[in-house]
Amino acid sequence: MRPFLPPTIAVSQDLRPNLWDAALLPIVFGILALMAWGALQMDAPYDVGTPLPLSLDPANLPYYLLRSALRMLAALGLSLGFTLVYALLAAKVPALERVLIPLLDILQSIPILGFLSITVAGFIALFPGNLLGVECAAIFAIFTSQAWNMTTSLYQSLRTVPTDLIEASAMFHLSPWRRFWRLELPFAVPGLVWNMMMSVSGGWFFVVASEAITVSGQTIMLPGVGSYIALAIQERDLAAIGYAILAVLAAILAYDQLFFRPLVAWAEKFKFEQNAGEEAPESWLLTLMQRARFFRAAARLPEGMWRGVLNAMPRRPQRLRASASEWLLPRWLDAVWNGVLVAMLLGAVGWVSIFVHSALGWAEIFDVLWRGAVTATRIVVLIALASLVWVPVGVWIGLRPRMAGRLQAVAQFLAAFPTNLVFPVVVMLIVHFQLNVEVWTSPLMVLGTQWYILFNVISGASSLPSDLRDAAGNLGLKGWLRWKRFILPGIFPAYLTGAITASCGSWNASIVAELVTWGDTRLEATGLGSYIAAATSDGDFPRIALGIAVMCVYVMSFNHFVWRRLFNLAAERLRIG
Amino acid sequence: MSQTTPLLLLEGVRKTFRTPDRRERTVLEGVDFRLEEGEIVALQGKSGSGKSTLLRVMAGLVRSNGGKALYRGQPIAGPVQGISMVFQSFALFPWLTVQQNVELGLEALGVRPAEREDRAAAAIDMIGLGGFEGAYPKELSGGMRQRVGFARALVMNPDILLMDEAFSGLDVLTAENLRDDLLELWRERKIPTKGMLMVSHNIEEAVYMADRVLIFASDPGRVKGEIKVGLEHPRDPDSPAFRQIVDEVYGLMTATTRTLGGAPAEPIHIGYRLPDATPNRMAELLETIAEPPFEGRADVPALAEFTELPDDSLFHLFEGLRVLGLARLAVGDIFLTPAGRAFVEAEPPERKRMFGEHLLHAIPLAARIRRVLDERRDHRAPEERFLQELQDYLSADEAERVLETVITWGRYAEIFDYDYNAGVLMLPEDDDEEPAPPAADQTQ
Repeated sequence: MRPFLPPTIAVSQDLRPNLWDAALLPIVFGILALMAWGALQMDAPYDVGTPLPLSLDPANLPYYLLRSALRMLAALGLSLGFTLVYALLAAKVPALERVLIPLLDILQSIPILGFLSITVAGFIALFPGNLLGVECAAIFAIFTSQAWNMTTSLYQSLRTVPTDLIEASAMFHLSPWRRFWRLELPFAVPGLVWNMMMSVSGGWFFVVASEAITVSGQTIMLPGVGSYIALAIQERDLAAIGYAILAVLAAILAYDQLFFRPLVAWAEKFKFEQNAGEEAPESWLLTLMQRARFFRAAARLPEGMWRGVLNAMPRRPQRLRASASEWLLPRWLDAVWNGVLVAMLLGAVGWVSIFVHSALGWAEIFDVLWRGAVTATRIVVLIALASLVWVPVGVWIGLRPRMAGRLQAVAQFLAAFPTNLVFPVVVMLIVHFQLNVEVWTSPLMVLGTQWYILFNVISGASSLPSDLRDAAGNLGLKGWLRWKRFILPGIFPAYLTGAITASCGSWNASIVAELVTWGDTRLEATGLGSYIAAATSDGDFPRIALGIAVMCVYVMSFNHFVWRRLFNLAAERLRIG
Repeated sequence: MSQTTPLLLLEGVRKTFRTPDRRERTVLEGVDFRLEEGEIVALQGKSGSGKSTLLRVMAGLVRSNGGKALYRGQPIAGPVQGISMVFQSFALFPWLTVQQNVELGLEALGVRPAEREDRAAAAIDMIGLGGFEGAYPKELSGGMRQRVGFARALVMNPDILLMDEAFSGLDVLTAENLRDDLLELWRERKIPTKGMLMVSHNIEEAVYMADRVLIFASDPGRVKGEIKVGLEHPRDPDSPAFRQIVDEVYGLMTATTRTLGGAPAEPIHIGYRLPDATPNRMAELLETIAEPPFEGRADVPALAEFTELPDDSLFHLFEGLRVLGLARLAVGDIFLTPAGRAFVEAEPPERKRMFGEHLLHAIPLAARIRRVLDERRDHRAPEERFLQELQDYLSADEAERVLETVITWGRYAEIFDYDYNAGVLMLPEDDDEEPAPPAADQTQ
């Protein structure tokens, strides 16, 4: 795991296994074997129309879980590859940056569940007669839920590499290739790892939602936890839902302990800080690996590969460029490129409006806009309500350091939990008490996303400087005055991060929350989410496209007119230190 | 290569940057420079005068727009193998150990692992960091980090070592130690380096190390004068000969262009780079000069010692007092003008009024802001309006700093006010009201 080990340290007696090896070997080989076996299962013959055998027997759950976890892993790998290429192009080629960054903004606000129905047909055509196509569609859906924030993070890191380090690498003759691996990528690692963690956390929701895919009116259920749940809902099997919840909790825990803890602990060394920080995150697995002889020796393989990568590009003498880290086009080509972009933009706008207008007409468009407003209102109200509850709770917890550490992990854990699992319970409650569907399905939208508010507030409150806290106490600040002058401004940036994440997540969740089913019971609330959900299950492409486009517009305007402004305000005026 | 080819030769170097609205801003103009073998040269000047840009032209990090830059007679077209640099901020890679940081440049040149390991180890030992090869930079103190910076530069066996304020991030004692160690390596020829160039803010440091001290003038940056230091190493900072040279440098630094006999000092225009000085500190300095032992006229080195201010902040205060007409500089001395004396003798509210008068009279930017605010019906104007204007002359960062400075001065004088949240300049709430107590140049 430590690719930078100087080669002198490895001596032959290092190869003798020690006690740590004994503890670690079975774990690692077990995981590898499972993954290999699970991956083999993906490649299975399949024809559209034949139902896949699926059973609610809990004994099958571990297998389904493995399949789902692998999909997640595949999507994560894909996201990482995409991130590297996309962010690098955007950061290094200004001509592409002009397109790629706004595009990323748009991609980020497209509801993921809408993607699925559009792309699945293409993927099936790609692998005729094989399940791999459907598998790819599911992985692609999870990918779209993970990639964008990772890409944004890497792009931002690449743009903020400290100038003195860039100059130092030029002074010491690092080629652009070497500079990327030695400076730019390491600098980006902590942010990237954190975003990967957030991505996977959000990804469970989509794993569950994307395994049961509807293609031309038929539902294909891929073997996995998501399909298990879908089947349980169809058959109204509450016990099976319970098992599924337990299984997903186990999977989240395993991902956290076996994958992210070690990764975060390892990424700590790339943190760009000049002083040894307070408490570094730790991972038992990483410690085990760093102490086990076998793994120290085995680390020489990735280390060798790493050196191979570093030396892969030939050295060339550097020449001065206008800017050391960018590839600029000549002026005239740049102008042509701008022209092409504008032409493409106009063409696309024209084509889409003609298409939507001829297929659906203005009345429908206004109706969809109205539904969007309804959903937006729900989200605003619910985020506000959730804030009213979780801000005080989060502050209370955050100001008690011992509790904060543990409960923050719990809140993070809850945020990862795919809440669509508990929807059936809510449906039963609504039906049982004959509640208003328009109102009572709404909480489903923030059920999963409210935790982002909680754990960000906890982290904000726990990082309030203790001298400010002492000063507030010393000045006798109490009650509302203490909140108004000290606590609320202090946690605002952190709260905002949480609220933005929660609001974006809620838009996505509205697609599954505004139209919920339990067996034959079907509850539908008016809103953009239910519109997209209904269009998706009918395979009605113009309506799906319209719904997605409108949601995209809403999310982007929210981001632009509300969140970004608040965020700038917070960043500029309220940052402590 | 002939005996007479200098290590570094710059002739008529010119560097311009483009402002956002595509106008040119000149940072360096007609800079001549030469570094001979066996020389240490120090470059002195105000911050923002273009010294660092000049250093980067020599390092091959920045391309000049005109003139010649030659290393051993060859044009510099990019980072050259014979030139290494040490940075003010150390610029160490936090994820690499000391050993790996030092090896980095050798690795990039394709030196074989065994050889670069030996060379790096030798360099680390030489600079006094033996035993710390496996440590990460964040485990080290500032002084040790800069030692890594030196080891990393010296392991390349550079002909020329460039130091960009290499000692200014360190405390006094640490800096002294490191300077002595470096000089020892240099004098005993333990390093193959043939010439060193240091950018420095500290006059004593420059005289302590260098054979020549060049004084740099700003806007646009150019060499204003040169002083030779003909003293043997190791030098004694307390010896009369050393003090004499320090005095000379201070004198040259404080001399305005006019007293040098060149062209008259250029009139201050709207884009004038206001010095980084607060009104309160300027007032304090004026009082210090007025009181014993100086009695209105102070020898600059003596004043520097008396106030214990770092050289660059002292020069910023001088510049502020000079442009406001409160003090005047003559070779090596600063003395109060009649206006300055009147200011010292006045009570705080009266001082503010006087400061405001001088400000509006002497600083075109302040006058412009006040006029715009007076003319507007709501007496408010967004800061961007002035920032844009400043960016014709200054970099974006400098423009912001200058506007911040003029806002602080204007607030002190109560001739205009500023709303931080809205980013708007405005007239003070009520002009007739009794002025606030003296500490008014701080935000809330």
